[in-house]
Amino acid sequence: MTEPVLAAKGLRKRYGRVTAIDGADFELYPGEVLAIVGDNGAGKSSLIKALTGALIPDAGEMWLDGKPLRLHSPIDARRYGIETVYQSLAVSPALDIATNLFLGREIRRGGFLGFLRLLDRPAMRKQAREQLDALGIATVQDITQTVETLSGGQRQAVAVARAAMFGSKVVIMDEPTAALGVRETEHVLDLIKRIRERGLPVVLISHDMPAVFEVADRIHVHRLGKRAGVVSPAEVSMSDVVSFITGAKAVPV
Amino acid sequence: MRGLFASSPALGPFAALVVAVVFFSVATDTFFNLDNFSFVVQQSVVIGTLALGQTLIILTAGIDLANAAIAVFGTVLVTRLALGGMPSPVALVLGIVGCTLVAALSGGLVTRLKLPPFIVTLGMLAVMTAVTSLYSQGTTWPVPDGLLTVLGTQLYLFGQIQMTIGMGVALVLFVVVWVMLARTAWGRHVYAVGDDKEAARLSGINIDRTLLSVYALAGLVYGIAAWLAMGRTPTADPNAYQTGNLDSITAVVIGGTSLFGGRGGVAGTVVGALIVAVLRSGLTQMEIDSNYQNLATGVLVIAAVAFDQITRRRSA
Repeated sequence: MTEPVLAAKGLRKRYGRVTAIDGADFELYPGEVLAIVGDNGAGKSSLIKALTGALIPDAGEMWLDGKPLRLHSPIDARRYGIETVYQSLAVSPALDIATNLFLGREIRRGGFLGFLRLLDRPAMRKQAREQLDALGIATVQDITQTVETLSGGQRQAVAVARAAMFGSKVVIMDEPTAALGVRETEHVLDLIKRIRERGLPVVLISHDMPAVFEVADRIHVHRLGKRAGVVSPAEVSMSDVVSFITGAKAVPV
Repeated sequence: MRGLFASSPALGPFAALVVAVVFFSVATDTFFNLDNFSFVVQQSVVIGTLALGQTLIILTAGIDLANAAIAVFGTVLVTRLALGGMPSPVALVLGIVGCTLVAALSGGLVTRLKLPPFIVTLGMLAVMTAVTSLYSQGTTWPVPDGLLTVLGTQLYLFGQIQMTIGMGVALVLFVVVWVMLARTAWGRHVYAVGDDKEAARLSGINIDRTLLSVYALAGLVYGIAAWLAMGRTPTADPNAYQTGNLDSITAVVIGGTSLFGGRGGVAGTVVGALIVAVLRSGLTQMEIDSNYQNLATGVLVIAAVAFDQITRRRSA
């Protein structure tokens, strides 16, 4: 069996008397889309926060490409090539698309102008354009337009493009279709498939069962702070998965 | 049309400036005249430079009520050090560093103690006014001639256009800050922090360091405003520029920079400062009571903020 790209074993996190993560395991294999499903309060978000450095677990271990991984902040995770698309989107509405794609990771000019810390705007715009084209984001015509002029789906596309651009190991998406209409959801699912085609594994946290069944290779069912099991969308139905989430049925081992 | 204003926010204020200049040129015989134009610019240099620092802070969704008080402190500090026998260049550098440190202290209180900029700088306004008053012993000190007053030196460009060295210094300062904001990663981060703090944080921007650098740079700009002020009037008066803070906010807001942060820039502030000066000069030449000048400025501020609100609401 191939080695997981990102793995965790026995993660625990307590907030006073509340146990957010109760011995959770996690594996993400190369080139797959892994959906994480679970009820509100099941601890999906806490698990994701642990994997992206936004939360430091009390116990448990994590590995990236088989090597022990310790994260102290979201910046740490980014440095390791783990990129997250947050539900809150994390784009700056008043700045243009190219600036947003490179925000915090700008390209400087060479030579003396670089010493003066001047930006290489043509290079950033060119790469931004290439990235959007590569992901088939054709609806965005002018990358110098501000993000606030974009629709919700286009903004999501910008956030996804940024993650795909800098995520060298893993792209994690937290409810990327939650606020979107049917067509925009389709578009984001296409983006996820394209990222997988590039060989980059994706973790998709979602409540949207049709979306999960459309793109996921495996479904990680999270329940009561831990992994209840992993199922294949080819072998179970949507209503089975809902039963696993609520605990009405046990997840087959 | 709205898209045009959104892409170049200084355009609206610039149109207003052109309209005002044309109006006063037609309405009076004295307004349309190179000497008068030069006079208008000279009058707006100190407030304009204070407004430059103010712009940086307002772009981060902050506000600085202490900027003029810091600059006035700078004039008194430099003058007393120089009168005490310190060489002028050393006194000047110490004065500018002093202004930078005081503004950086405001920035430190905003970032470390998470206090609202309005409250921090309201406090700093009172503190610096008191410190300046005590340090100056309540009197006005004469600024020694030379380096400290050199920015008031008048030159004639092409033998025609009256200029001061200070105008040139202020222009260079505006260009430098414009380049920093528009063409460096630091500048993009300033906008990102003012626009959406959480998004900036998740993008890996160090918010506290960015904010602190903004306040420190604004302080440096206030220090240069102090130098410009000494060139304009060679006295260090603890009671000068008492409405400088509000006048600078007026220039920034009329220039189209949003009080909510993240939108606008220094080009608008230049125009905003000129609009206020043109309005005052023009209305004076039309022999209109100065109370009406204040009234007109007030209406303009409200109109500018209303315009900002409406365009934001539509684009959001």
